[in-house]
Amino acid sequence: MKSNALWLRAQIIRAIRDFFWERGFLEVETPLLIPANAPEEHINPFITLPCWQLQTSPEICMKRLLCTGHQRIFQISHCWRSDERGSRHLSEFTMLEWYRAGCDYLDLMADCEGLLQHVASVCLPGNPVYRRKSREIDPFQSWRRISVQEAFLRFGQVDVWDCLQKGLYEEILTAQVEPGLAEFSEPVILMDYPSKLAALARLKPDQNILAERFELYMGGLELANGFSELNNPVEQRRRFEEANRLRLEKCIAPLPMPEPFLRELSDMPPSAGIALGVDRLVMLAAGADTIDQVVAFTPEEL
Amino acid sequence: MYTVADLKKGLKITLDGDPYLVVAFDFVKPGKGQALYRTKMRNMINGTLLDRTYRSGETFESANLEERQMEYLYKEGSHYTFMDQQTYEQVVMEEETMGDAKYFLLENCKVDVMLFGEKAIGIALPNFVNLRVTETEQWAKGDTSGNDSKPATVETGYVLRVPPFIEEGELIVIDTRNGEYSTRVKG
Repeated sequence: MKSNALWLRAQIIRAIRDFFWERGFLEVETPLLIPANAPEEHINPFITLPCWQLQTSPEICMKRLLCTGHQRIFQISHCWRSDERGSRHLSEFTMLEWYRAGCDYLDLMADCEGLLQHVASVCLPGNPVYRRKSREIDPFQSWRRISVQEAFLRFGQVDVWDCLQKGLYEEILTAQVEPGLAEFSEPVILMDYPSKLAALARLKPDQNILAERFELYMGGLELANGFSELNNPVEQRRRFEEANRLRLEKCIAPLPMPEPFLRELSDMPPSAGIALGVDRLVMLAAGADTIDQVVAFTPEEL
Repeated sequence: MYTVADLKKGLKITLDGDPYLVVAFDFVKPGKGQALYRTKMRNMINGTLLDRTYRSGETFESANLEERQMEYLYKEGSHYTFMDQQTYEQVVMEEETMGDAKYFLLENCKVDVMLFGEKAIGIALPNFVNLRVTETEQWAKGDTSGNDSKPATVETGYVLRVPPFIEEGELIVIDTRNGEYSTRVKG
């Protein structure tokens, strides 16, 4: 019954807040309606008024707060992505993001472990495990870390660079790698993405074909995406322009540049930030098959 | 013409010249990657299932389907002939395409025929049809065997389970959606 899922949802959001408050994070609220999101090849914002869009993620504004000296911030807010609807997607969804100055993606992995253990013990007392398709995922087991290349070789028997070149990356990832990750009964960190799959992440200093980016999977469900932040404005502008060039190639409208963000980016200390889908966390806690089961209303019901 | 954004359960499209019905659909989009549209489709002529994955930007032809009320005229060999009573146009459907619907059709009965271009690919039956029982065993009064149903054959050759009190020559109502006995036509 849906009211159970809504209770669980409320408890999870409260547990998330407690977790970050106890660790000295500042809870922030940034505007949902903004002039420009980070231009990405495959993310389409809702354009509302001329020159204004709904946020696809609070990242631009939150990183600007890091530029002004905030050290640890978190936010739970709604995000909108046009044309995304499926059993795991809603065009309007709830996102948790947190950012830490002076840290990198390895610190975020540790945060994820602490957060998911905290949420499970508070919201799922008695049996603190997550569930996906009748499989239990125990956040208290030691977490598995696997690089993107290792995962493609192991579950797809293919080289990820080869897949990228042939345009098969998404197909192999969803048809072979994710089902492979679903077999583990512990959370999995898929890490070190090819640099072209990281629009805003810092490259690995010793291996610049890889970016310091990871995704957290539980039961094969993608739950969070985190990375060490790129803070070089020249490189960041180049990547945004590349995203717009790829959009134009496919006849999709290019997106405006977030100019104030690019202007201030050089003031951002080395930092790391991560986005976690709250609806999906509720799905995992409730053992729900679809995102429809954990929201008060789907767009079709409105 | 449809785009991937139109894909949903129940959509009918043309693929390689055949009409397909989308029976399952999901949108997948791995972390900041390109969206994929996974579909399972049923061929509306031969019933085979097909899995296809599409990407944004791909388009589909809609299936040129039309439903017309027609009268069932007669069967010849494995062909069933229907006629549009307004235009007197006739179409023929193969027994194989008819499936179980053939058991619920009587001559001169009016049904909705699904046309794909010129080709008849299915019929929509009324939910209930009345058919006469042509063969069934006599119910022995005082039968204590505990059987609460017995086999009966109706005029189309269809065999189903009916309650023991049904006799040969009686008219019964059959639910075409599950093929089961519904009630007896009184009078």
